[in-house]
Amino acid sequence: MQKFTRTILLVDDDEDYLFQTKLNIEQFGFRVITAESQMEAEDLLNTLKPDLAIFDLMMENEDSGFILSYKLKKKFPDVPVIIATAVTAETGISFGVGTEEDRKWIKADLYIEKGIRADQLNREIIKLLKL
Amino acid sequence: MEKLKILVVDDEPGICSGINRILSRHMVGFPFMDEDIGFDVQETYTGEDAITLLENYTPDIILLDNKLPGMLGIDVLDHIKRKNPETTVLMITSYASLDLAVQATNRGAHDFIPKPFSPQELKSAIETVTKHIFLKRMTRKLNKEGKQIRFQFLSVLSHELKTPLNAIEGYLRIMEDRQAGNDLDAYDKIIDRSLLRVKGMRNLIMDLLDLTKIESGKKKRKVMPLNVADIARMSVDTMGPISIQKDVKIYLDSPPEITYNFDHEEIEIILNNLFSNAIKYNIEGGRVDVNLEDLQDRIIISVRDTGIGISESEIPRLFGEFVRIRNEQTKHISGTGLGLSIIKKLTQLYKGKVSVESKPGEGTTFRLEFPR
Repeated sequence: MQKFTRTILLVDDDEDYLFQTKLNIEQFGFRVITAESQMEAEDLLNTLKPDLAIFDLMMENEDSGFILSYKLKKKFPDVPVIIATAVTAETGISFGVGTEEDRKWIKADLYIEKGIRADQLNREIIKLLKL
Repeated sequence: MEKLKILVVDDEPGICSGINRILSRHMVGFPFMDEDIGFDVQETYTGEDAITLLENYTPDIILLDNKLPGMLGIDVLDHIKRKNPETTVLMITSYASLDLAVQATNRGAHDFIPKPFSPQELKSAIETVTKHIFLKRMTRKLNKEGKQIRFQFLSVLSHELKTPLNAIEGYLRIMEDRQAGNDLDAYDKIIDRSLLRVKGMRNLIMDLLDLTKIESGKKKRKVMPLNVADIARMSVDTMGPISIQKDVKIYLDSPPEITYNFDHEEIEIILNNLFSNAIKYNIEGGRVDVNLEDLQDRIIISVRDTGIGISESEIPRLFGEFVRIRNEQTKHISGTGLGLSIIKKLTQLYKGKVSVESKPGEGTTFRLEFPR
């Protein structure tokens, strides 16, 4: 197993997704801190600087993930953010952060579908952390 | 026979007349349409002429070439989208300019036909558009008639069904890969959660069945005089296990007999949903007071709980389908978000009314009135 001393903040209001993703990411050797809501995550960010954050898009607010991403980037511009959501599959609306312009307003480094496989997620994390 | 109006904008007269010849003899029929649809084709050779023509003429479909002598097709497209947003535009582009085709669809063209095309390709493109136009019209008509097509319902439903499936699948994968190690006890939580999600899904399906029965109107209803007090007593009894689990006492205050014309299954669904909500959203050690009143012109069923309550701003949403009030307190309460919408629909079948009074932190009272 790879062993990295990096901390990942994982925020999702779906208890099961949180549990499973945490387990997956821990398998890859990261430390994982979880929060179940936008509010809880905002509190955590007052005392914690993660090395990377993964936010669910829709929690208390339809755009909780964006709000969190915005706030995190304001405080720690160097921390990469992944936004994970199931919206595309359900609404057909998709928005990636491929272009510079998108990145500016979405304020996330990567946008993933929730169904993504664990090893794929791991690869993306490693890429963003430049490990 | 109905005819759709087609305008062809192409500077090659051969293409225009070719299209005209093919389409004016062509008819489109689909099993869901009452009659076939034919086409009336107009030709024009420049973008400028097309724009002038469009001032007094609204075609259903425009076949638009991009390479025109004056202004380009893509600019004509912008004009059409502004002035005739209802018109469906098909761009004609050469195979080499796929980029343009993509650009055109981004700017509002419905689709594109690559040039050169065979008569068959033209026909099938037109058939697709015809189907699209027909369905758009039908949708509009149905919406107007108040029969809202339940796309939104279906998409929310698929979300509600997919979420537990995803969770269960995730847990199964964890077990498959022995991700929690070799100690079997480590899997207890995973199994419990999976079973819980399965149960949630089953409840959702049961509620859906109730809902479809109501909405299809196909179920044979047997409305007859019933003693509502008896049914309420029975329903209170069925609540036994969950009320013990939650340590909530449920009290029924009713005259021994209240007769009202109900379908047995329907009143049972109403009461079961009301009672289980009052228990689920209660505090531990709380109580539920069920009151049945027999007035001359109506009967009243009220259910008061000592639960977490609902804020005033959330009450208007409460009876919507799949609506669940999400907050810290409701997070661990399982529910489908269909119960209250079922209660409301059923109550309306009897010309009854549902009202709610609630204070967050103190409790909620649901009151159902059924007129005689």
